[in-house]
Amino acid sequence: MADSRDVVFIDGVRTPFGKAGSLYAETRADDLVINCIRELVRRHPELPPERIDEVAIAATTQIGDQGLTVGRTAALLAGLPRSVPGFSIDRMCAGAMTAVTTTASGIAFGAYDVVIAGGVEHMGRHPMGEGVDPNPRIIAEKIVDPSAMVMGSTAENLHDRFPRITKERSDAFAVLSQQRVEQAYANGILTEALVPVATRSQEHGWGLATADEPPRPGTTMEALAGLKTPFRSHGRVTPGNTAGLNDGATASLLAAADVAAELGLPSAMRMVGFAFAGVDPEVMGVGPVPATEKALQRAGLTIDDIGAFEINEAFAVQVLAFLDHFGIEAEDSRVNPYGGAIALGHPLASSGVRLMIHLARTFRDNPDIRYGITTMCVGLGMGGTVIWENPRHQSSATSRQQGSKENQQ
Amino acid sequence: MISTGSELAALLDRASAMMPDETITRAIPHDVALPGGAGTAVLITLDNGLDHTKPNTFGPGSLTELNRALDATLDRDDIVAVAVTGKPFIMAAGADLKGVSQITDASDAEAIARIGHGVFNRLRTAKVPTFGLINGLALGGGLEISLNCTYRTVNSSAPAIALPECFLGLVPGWGGCYLLPNLIGPQNALKVIIENSLNQNKMLKGFQAYELGIADAMFDGADFLERSLDWVSKVVRGEITVERPELDRGQAWADAVAGAKAFVDLKVSGAAPAPYKALELVLAARDSDAETAFAAEDSALAELIMSEELRSGLYAFDLVQKRAKKPAGAPDKSLARKVTKVGVVGAGLMASQLALLFLRRLEVPVIMSDLDADRAQKGLDGVHGEIDKLLGKGRINPDTANRFKALISATTDQSDFADCDFVIEAVFEEMKVKKQVFAGLEKVVSDECVLATNTSSLSITEMASELEHPERVVGFHFFNPVAILPLLEIIAGEKTDDATLATAFATSKGLKKNSVLVSDAPAFVVNRVLTRLMGEITAAVDEGTPVEVADQALRPLGLPMSPFVLLQLVGPAVALHVAETLRDTCGDRFGVSPNLQAIVEAKKPGIYDWTAEGKPYVSDETKALLTLGDNPSTAEQVRERALNALAEEIGLMLSEGVVAAPMDIDLCLILGAGWPFHTGGITPYLDRSGASEATNGQRFLPKGVASVA
Repeated sequence: MADSRDVVFIDGVRTPFGKAGSLYAETRADDLVINCIRELVRRHPELPPERIDEVAIAATTQIGDQGLTVGRTAALLAGLPRSVPGFSIDRMCAGAMTAVTTTASGIAFGAYDVVIAGGVEHMGRHPMGEGVDPNPRIIAEKIVDPSAMVMGSTAENLHDRFPRITKERSDAFAVLSQQRVEQAYANGILTEALVPVATRSQEHGWGLATADEPPRPGTTMEALAGLKTPFRSHGRVTPGNTAGLNDGATASLLAAADVAAELGLPSAMRMVGFAFAGVDPEVMGVGPVPATEKALQRAGLTIDDIGAFEINEAFAVQVLAFLDHFGIEAEDSRVNPYGGAIALGHPLASSGVRLMIHLARTFRDNPDIRYGITTMCVGLGMGGTVIWENPRHQSSATSRQQGSKENQQ
Repeated sequence: MISTGSELAALLDRASAMMPDETITRAIPHDVALPGGAGTAVLITLDNGLDHTKPNTFGPGSLTELNRALDATLDRDDIVAVAVTGKPFIMAAGADLKGVSQITDASDAEAIARIGHGVFNRLRTAKVPTFGLINGLALGGGLEISLNCTYRTVNSSAPAIALPECFLGLVPGWGGCYLLPNLIGPQNALKVIIENSLNQNKMLKGFQAYELGIADAMFDGADFLERSLDWVSKVVRGEITVERPELDRGQAWADAVAGAKAFVDLKVSGAAPAPYKALELVLAARDSDAETAFAAEDSALAELIMSEELRSGLYAFDLVQKRAKKPAGAPDKSLARKVTKVGVVGAGLMASQLALLFLRRLEVPVIMSDLDADRAQKGLDGVHGEIDKLLGKGRINPDTANRFKALISATTDQSDFADCDFVIEAVFEEMKVKKQVFAGLEKVVSDECVLATNTSSLSITEMASELEHPERVVGFHFFNPVAILPLLEIIAGEKTDDATLATAFATSKGLKKNSVLVSDAPAFVVNRVLTRLMGEITAAVDEGTPVEVADQALRPLGLPMSPFVLLQLVGPAVALHVAETLRDTCGDRFGVSPNLQAIVEAKKPGIYDWTAEGKPYVSDETKALLTLGDNPSTAEQVRERALNALAEEIGLMLSEGVVAAPMDIDLCLILGAGWPFHTGGITPYLDRSGASEATNGQRFLPKGVASVA
């Protein structure tokens, strides 16, 4: 059996995210992810495409243009060699994250050298819950509370569990997310990972998506205060402190560290470890807490070792629950420095890689940060966390390896 | 040239009023932010709102839409580029020809020519660079819109890029004849404008258009538009400079045109005006400025739009596109029975060709039979050999070759045909033999099994007459070479039932043939018309007209080959046999030439021998065989006589009900004999030459159907 190998995140790209029913209303889901795959291959001419051993694409609703084993069909349609296999994967919001951890495990095991892992969700074409058929025992035997099936309701439940997290705190966090996205756009940070997508519209003709559609620069507390709470009357969860319904796709390139070195592929992050954990489905938003604790424990690290956090902002309350638990300020610059899903959007199964793209950028700009995590909550009560190491950090194993290699040359 | 916007708008209004039923292709401008901060471009999408089976077209209303989009775009100071592209898979299929065929006034024709130029020229003269993003099918004006742009990109997998105007009887007159040679040189341009269009309207794939230099950049279908706009951005930013090869504007230009003229002469013998006009325009393109060149294109277009040749061409095109796909008189296709196994009686050359065709197209088991085991094996080996050839040429892959070889078999025992649903005989052309074959088959096959005959002259009704189930017999007449010629004459005998006929039509479609329903008349359609024609030519020779004069008399029609060259191809013995059959059944208007008999008796392959350069001549030996009279005719007299004979024969065929309408005669001659579009098959030519009225007292087709109304 092969010894466990180091896995590195080479690069990640994504389509601009759209609002469901708007930017990509007449653009196919598979075309979104095909664009990402082709962009990765184009950005890395040093990678012979036939060296790609797997294409894992996540989608929550695997029907229609997200069906037909989209990992394989997207690989074929993207023009990858027919010898490159592919599959589809689903863990709802953590789909792309699970595509990454699953294929990374395969790399560590020696089954793959290089993989593409990503996700797509066209929530305009495939609304949450499309075509589902919940087992009647869920209700009959009270397996979970019916509110667990409605994500907004689980967010309200989370406010109940943590009374310290008020609507005002949630709204303030949402404003921060919008401000940080606006700033990151101004600094040119977000565009570098974007793949322009031709948008089809029979009425308006072809267009070209080059920027995210959801952000609302200039969002104020006052504006948010007036929004409705659709999940509970006089509730706390509003469209303003929640990620919207979005369309988008992401893809990343992962490789065994030694293969990356052989091919000259640049390492952006080294995977340290990961964990998924289950929680009460009624408060699924708390999932990142046990997932992170589990991942830290297995990696032999503590929360104090983590210098950068990319936490998915499905709901502001769920981010605040995490930060409160670990005693981190909501405004801490280590947390989502380029903003998050409340402003950018959250096309479910694609978001995991979007977090990794942001973390990789943070690592690149901050060689002094050694470890970071990407973490997210998952429907039906789960959380997932991946711990990454910055290869630019002086103590990093990868950095030492690369250094010694350079010395030899 | 149109000098002002209001003049153009007025012309567009006038032209739009001519064609009120046009399907409008919208031109939708949309601002796009070019990647890399290059600025804003306007991307104009052409979209008629229908799916890809109904391509965008440019009628006057559509050009008006495009003109409005340009009005809203070109004066803007905040844009850095304008790009034009099409709806998914389709750029545009060119001018709306349905409207063009209705024009009766020369000045209307000129208006149509001028509006295309007027609108497209705005892209050529815009103050910002313009880009044609050829995302898919781009024909005629659908390509010329991009030729008028400063730059072009093309989708490598675009299925069809062409300037098919000469094929129909027009010239690429919205800039094509001037802009294309000045872009890619006269030789390449003439390949597109002349050679491809006169070679059964051959089209380029996207990558071929790129190789010829029609596009400056090529991208894959997966992200064609994204990559094209990225390229646009790089051109705008100066990151990419487009280099095009320097053209040789010397003698080579004239030589290229002269070369193409020789090709046109070979193809149409001076009979079709369009390609010659195109040659003139391409020649002049070397030195003309755009304004002069476009004016010349306008008048060429206007003249051709009013030509009988174009109207016949449009009529022929419509027959091939529509009537050929829905054969007149064919029963409801739901009556067709499934064909899961095919039998071919005979293992000779024709039988082997048929077996291979059924095998390739229907992909069902095909069994061949011959009474003699060696001959059966030889037939089978022949088919295996053809399969290997296809494999060698890369036309099929090894798996398919294996599949075909497993599907084909040969036998000497006709009981092996028991589970066939469709059996075709290709045995010796004699009634007695064919009747025997069918009688034998009827003992082993099911009651519904279709028995088809490839006879070229025998009566289907008689062939079926002694069978227990005569309703299952049908004529299935192929044309040689069966793999290539698209026509199939399907002949109903007196008792042939609808299920059998429907099965025959469905099978024909499966074989990718175009079929015409013909009644059980002597020699059916193509052979009857050709034999009557040949009879007149040989009679003229018999009377003393020199062979060359008689044989060249029909040159002004531009037929694919002269009568005596055709005779050589068919074989004098076969031709004589059909002539005799027709004389016996139809009477003395079908002559049997003693000179033809002499040639057959001397076992000559035809009238001609061939020089080393491939020119036909009459050898002294052949001359010695001929007995010529002393009443020679001029070419003109021969032609008049031949045309009148054709008009008479076709008139008789229609009154006998051999086919449903003159259109079916034309379709048969176009698809089965390769007769040209510019004669519309033949009845439009007979109408316009006056032969129809002189002979039958009336036209075959009302004015306006295949002519200017």
